[in-house]
Amino acid sequence: MEGYSYIIWILILPLLTFLVTGLGSRKISPTLAGIIGTTSMGICALLSIYTAGSYFGYYSNGVYPSLKVFDLPWLSFTENLSIHLGMVLDPISVMMLVVVTLVSFMVHLYSIGYLHGESRGGVYFSYLSLFSFSMLGLVVSTNLFQMYIFWELVGVSSFLLIGYYFTKPSAVAASKKAFIVTRFADFGFLVGILIMGYVGGSFEFDAIISRLTNPESPEFLTATGAGFLGISLLTWSLVLIFMGGAGKSAMFPLHIWLPDAMEGPTPVSALIHAATMVVAGVFLVARLFPVFFQVPVALDLVAWVGALSALFAAIIACTQTDIKRILAYSTMSQIGYMMFGLGVSGMGEAGLGYMGSMFHLFTHAMFKALLFLGAGAVIHYVHSNEVSDMGALRKKMPVTGLLFLLACLSISGIPPFSGFFSKEEILTAALMKNPVVYGIGLFTAGLTAFYMFRLYYLIFWHNKPYHDKPSPLPRKKEAPLTMMVPMILLGFATLVSGFFPFNNFVTSDGKPLEITFHADLSAIAIGVSLTGIALASVFYLRPGPWPDKIATALGGFFTTVYRKFYIDEIYTLVAKKFIIGTVSPVANWFDRNVVDGLMNFTGTVMGVFSDSIKVWQSGKIHGYLLWFFAGSMIVLILMFIL
Amino acid sequence: MDFITLVSLLRMELLLTAGLVVLLIYKIFYEGARDKMAGWFTVSVLLGTFLCGIFLPAEGGYFGGMFITGSLAGMEKSILSLGSVFIILFGRTWLENSRHELEFYLLILSVLLGMFFMISAGHLLMFYLGLELATLPLAALAVFDFNKSRSSEAGVKLILNSAFSSALLLFGASLVYGGSGTLYFPELNSAITFPASRGSSFLLLAGFSFLFTGFAFKISAVPFHLWTADVYEGAPVPVTAFLSVISKGAALFVFVAVLYRVFPLYSETWSLVTGLMGALTMVIGNLFAMRQGNLKRFLAFSSITQVGFLLVGVASASQLGHAAVLYFMLIYLFSNLGAFAVVSVIADKTGKETLSDYRGLYKTNPMLALALLVALFSLAGIPPTAGFFGKLFLLNSGASSGMIYLVIFACMNMVVSLYYYLRVVKAMFVDTSDDPIPHFNSGLPVKIVLACSVLGIILLGFFGGLFDYFTSLTFGLQ
Repeated sequence: MEGYSYIIWILILPLLTFLVTGLGSRKISPTLAGIIGTTSMGICALLSIYTAGSYFGYYSNGVYPSLKVFDLPWLSFTENLSIHLGMVLDPISVMMLVVVTLVSFMVHLYSIGYLHGESRGGVYFSYLSLFSFSMLGLVVSTNLFQMYIFWELVGVSSFLLIGYYFTKPSAVAASKKAFIVTRFADFGFLVGILIMGYVGGSFEFDAIISRLTNPESPEFLTATGAGFLGISLLTWSLVLIFMGGAGKSAMFPLHIWLPDAMEGPTPVSALIHAATMVVAGVFLVARLFPVFFQVPVALDLVAWVGALSALFAAIIACTQTDIKRILAYSTMSQIGYMMFGLGVSGMGEAGLGYMGSMFHLFTHAMFKALLFLGAGAVIHYVHSNEVSDMGALRKKMPVTGLLFLLACLSISGIPPFSGFFSKEEILTAALMKNPVVYGIGLFTAGLTAFYMFRLYYLIFWHNKPYHDKPSPLPRKKEAPLTMMVPMILLGFATLVSGFFPFNNFVTSDGKPLEITFHADLSAIAIGVSLTGIALASVFYLRPGPWPDKIATALGGFFTTVYRKFYIDEIYTLVAKKFIIGTVSPVANWFDRNVVDGLMNFTGTVMGVFSDSIKVWQSGKIHGYLLWFFAGSMIVLILMFIL
Repeated sequence: MDFITLVSLLRMELLLTAGLVVLLIYKIFYEGARDKMAGWFTVSVLLGTFLCGIFLPAEGGYFGGMFITGSLAGMEKSILSLGSVFIILFGRTWLENSRHELEFYLLILSVLLGMFFMISAGHLLMFYLGLELATLPLAALAVFDFNKSRSSEAGVKLILNSAFSSALLLFGASLVYGGSGTLYFPELNSAITFPASRGSSFLLLAGFSFLFTGFAFKISAVPFHLWTADVYEGAPVPVTAFLSVISKGAALFVFVAVLYRVFPLYSETWSLVTGLMGALTMVIGNLFAMRQGNLKRFLAFSSITQVGFLLVGVASASQLGHAAVLYFMLIYLFSNLGAFAVVSVIADKTGKETLSDYRGLYKTNPMLALALLVALFSLAGIPPTAGFFGKLFLLNSGASSGMIYLVIFACMNMVVSLYYYLRVVKAMFVDTSDDPIPHFNSGLPVKIVLACSVLGIILLGFFGGLFDYFTSLTFGLQ
């Protein structure tokens, strides 16, 4: 559509930045690379906000339309099957553009200070730009195939960023783990895409949605009729697509990569593992929500996986001691909220869950990025990730402490901070659809408040006698300005974004949604959260014997939780015993003997032939001409026979 | 039929002719003075025809229908001009040692002029004239290394073999005339009635077969490829590049046009023969290429294999195939000329051209090694380079015409070809050498060629609208 064509720059600028900083990483200084990256992302953020302003300022018949700004055919195989590349603007993609560019801009700015003195800073900024480009391409995709391409690009760039400290074996292992686990999930995604493309007759989102939500259409009848193992193809494709989404969004049981991914630089965690990449799965479900809505089984799966992941991660978070891992589990838990928000949602008037989920995605991006950046500042200060090395930092880092408290209050759902509003809507929607999920959500909210304040107290209060050990670096106050400014901006966003009338903008059908405020439900939720905070205050405000006593009392259960329910061990066991023990020898034998044998055979045959045709190439012209003439006779005969 | 129409329709040909005349006058008056200027002048003339063919293609016929042009012909001529620009640019290093730089440009322009007339021919004799104009200067180009006996041998072999193929072609043309009473393409097309009566069409079919062989010789399809080995080996590198890309491209364009527009009624027959020939060409090309230790010979032979893949598209006898051939040719031009540019500049600067010399190239000349890597990946058809998409569309067109076995066979040959393309990559990046090629500056013209080819290889794959545009240009079997 005319008027929006400038949004192509939102994709071009990060790509150019990636090329410039990547190719020139040896020639330009890291700071200059940082400035280039920050400037280009800042321009993108301004463009996105401008786009959001003009898009949401424009109604057509009371509905926000879905505008295909660009739609270029890329590979056209046949009339029906062609793959396009394009950019679509609709409420969720516009919202995601704003979220991604804003957080990415903050992280770029913050990284200039955080990575000060690193020699490979140029490479870091080029990876960061590549990631931003991929993520932005993902959210504006007009079709499943384009989304898949960018989805994998996101995976690659996150692999590069997690493994940025490539001299650290744990970082390398973490990057591989993240890549392999998400790749495994993406396999399901790809199969799901192919099935959906097959039954829907197209990869385009608008075509798929309009065909597969119309019970009269022939595509819908084939999709729901034909089946495999008694389950319709449509259900299969949705479940498999959700598998891809669950892998990227670290939903149980594909979450194991997320805590380990914290080996990457902290700003990277803020960008990738808080605000953007991990919500790709939520975005995917939201993108295909009308189709999911047609299949209650798939939607229920989304709801239950989300709710269980939320609870599961919150329980683990209560026992961890690594600041970033606690935040990682909290991310997983909050994404669980978004997932079950979608899972319990209806369409149109009943779309409170959808709207709440998107709202939570937005507010969570702001406060979780703030938490990670705050954690980065703390880590920068004490040079350790362990909470036991921290404590009583509120006097040394007052601004960081205040901002961290703000984010903790927000994630705990205390009004008037942003997290309260979005979580409230998800919980209300859950109560209307599924009381059990509501119960889980409510309990998790209490746990969230508990572990977040546990973290806050352990870092900023909790005087420890052994804290004042001599430090190798001179103690300076607070982080540098480039790190403080993004945090303050995010803190401001955390304060105000809750009052944003989201229900008017981002809804399941593009129409504004009426929401009613339930004072009783809010009171219950606030009460639960306050209880969590109170418990945390009792245990962790000052050093005391209670935490250890409870841990001892819980005994085996505590150990189980502390070891993250042994999920990693189970995966290792399966991998070792089953794959390495059983499948690998067979595959190995097949590869050595059958595949290699075939190749060697081909090689030998080719070699023999190759020698034998040497005689053709005698160098004598009359020999050539003889062949030439023989060839033309053969052609003549063939022409007459065939 | 006035002067203005003539100028307007033959604008690309006249531009080349004007360039030729200017070069000739320059040669006469300023013997040996500033040949460098001549190089840039030739490049700008060719860029002029390139742009003209893309943006201002003429549409219509002249000389009573002997000369026909349109947007498709314009596009084909543009592709050939672009390739010639690349060859002149990377040939500069080699030409610096030659006292006859200007003659090289003259000959290149003459060959191109011949090719342009070939492409635009609307009459068999016009086509023949163009063909000869494109062949004779080529033989002169092949002997351009005067002090090397292999170069003279290449020239002699090229001229003798061409003469033989021309003879067959003319014989075919005379039979066609005997069978139909005309040599104009459109009239020929309507004169063919198949399979109404074998008796009356016997002469036509026999004539067609000889024409077909003549083309097969030009694109060096097996078994008419034997001359290529000696000619490619003896000729200077830029000339080999010209033979294996530009000459083949021109012949293939005309081959497709003649098959699709003049003899569509025989399509069932020629499609099978072409498919068979394609399969043979792939295998034999692979067998030759895999045993080459000399990079120049290796590239030349691998180009035979690529023609085999192109024949799959030709054999599909569909509009899709026509577009795929055009698209692949453009990609092939970027890939093969990029590779030739690297090989040529290394041979000229250091005199090294065997595979073992290339070991450790990445350490000393990383940019050259990377450019060659991209080009070889594209030739091998590894995604996401454009070569992958080119092959994809070729095989797709074959498959959609139902030639599944041919497509499977082509895929198997792609695997074999991977082996020898990657062997070069391994030598450059993995192997180490005690005596690597020293670092050197390859000079601006070569850098331009490499930058263009790498960009082309990467961007063409993503710029899918181009294929649609090519499809819209081709109206083969409608």
